[in-house]
Amino acid sequence: MSGILEGKRILVTGVLMESSIAFQVAKLAQEQGAEIILSAWPRPSLTERIAKKLPKPVKVLELDVTNQEHLDGLAEKVRDELGGLDGIVHSIGFAPQDALGGNFLNTPWESVATAVHVSAFSLKSLTMACLPLMEEGGSVVGLTFDATIAWPQYDWMGPAKAALEATSRYLARDLGKQNVRCNLVSAGPLKSMAAKSIPGFDTLADTWNVRSPLAWDVTDPEPAGRGVVALLSDWFPKTTGEIVHVDGGLHAIGA
Amino acid sequence: MATKDEVLSGLAEIVNEIAGIPAEDVELDKSFTDDLDVDSLSMVEVVVAAEERFGVKIPDDEVKNLKTVGDAVDFILANS
Repeated sequence: MSGILEGKRILVTGVLMESSIAFQVAKLAQEQGAEIILSAWPRPSLTERIAKKLPKPVKVLELDVTNQEHLDGLAEKVRDELGGLDGIVHSIGFAPQDALGGNFLNTPWESVATAVHVSAFSLKSLTMACLPLMEEGGSVVGLTFDATIAWPQYDWMGPAKAALEATSRYLARDLGKQNVRCNLVSAGPLKSMAAKSIPGFDTLADTWNVRSPLAWDVTDPEPAGRGVVALLSDWFPKTTGEIVHVDGGLHAIGA
Repeated sequence: MATKDEVLSGLAEIVNEIAGIPAEDVELDKSFTDDLDVDSLSMVEVVVAAEERFGVKIPDDEVKNLKTVGDAVDFILANS
């Protein structure tokens, strides 16, 4: 049986732990027939260890998306391994501690700038670094956490995700002519490394199931991973600039 | 079945490799974060490496209880 990503070559960023959404994406993508390559930051050696738990061996490249030299060298390294690319998974986000957890009104611009640079601008940087590899078009998929409303504790990651969502729409606008699609999955809260970095995450996670029509399991990143894989596939051929919610349906419910 | 000394020396090698802390500083009563300055991502990697080496599963919820090197050694001995 052939998978929905048969023959696709995909770069997956953001594999840090088995609980990472990106780990699920990498696993499912391999199971669905894709050839993948991982990029890793800030601890490539940790990603190497976790990558051994994937169904098939995979190459890990060091990539700090704020480092122009890393970005400039990326296409050649990926080309050496895979020849080209059909998809990119952007699963990258970071905010300094003083930008999270209830300090919204006092966070300095430098910390906000870091959050926006790493979490939003990097979608553009990464996509442009890989664009020469997507000669026949491709699918770029990122991860957001619904930025249309304000959340407890999430603070400046909220505006950073709003910037990510807007960046994705503009990339969709400008890359459509090259048949490159750009979409996001808006996932519900998950107990990944990203969540551990947010003080008070448990409060947010605990209330999710109260409003969510479908039962939501904060320990299961697979549904989000499936959403990403679907958007990477040829089954969303005319979808771009879109945000697909994989959140148990909570976004649709007022109270 | 590994002895306590074997687990300690194995763990010390791991901490040395990942966090660059001299193996002889990794003693049972030392706290990973306060005494050895192992940051949170390094700690994640220490846990993954210890799982591989000792054939144990250290659940995420358990990691926060492993404050000292001795806590980790005891957990590994009890679960391997």
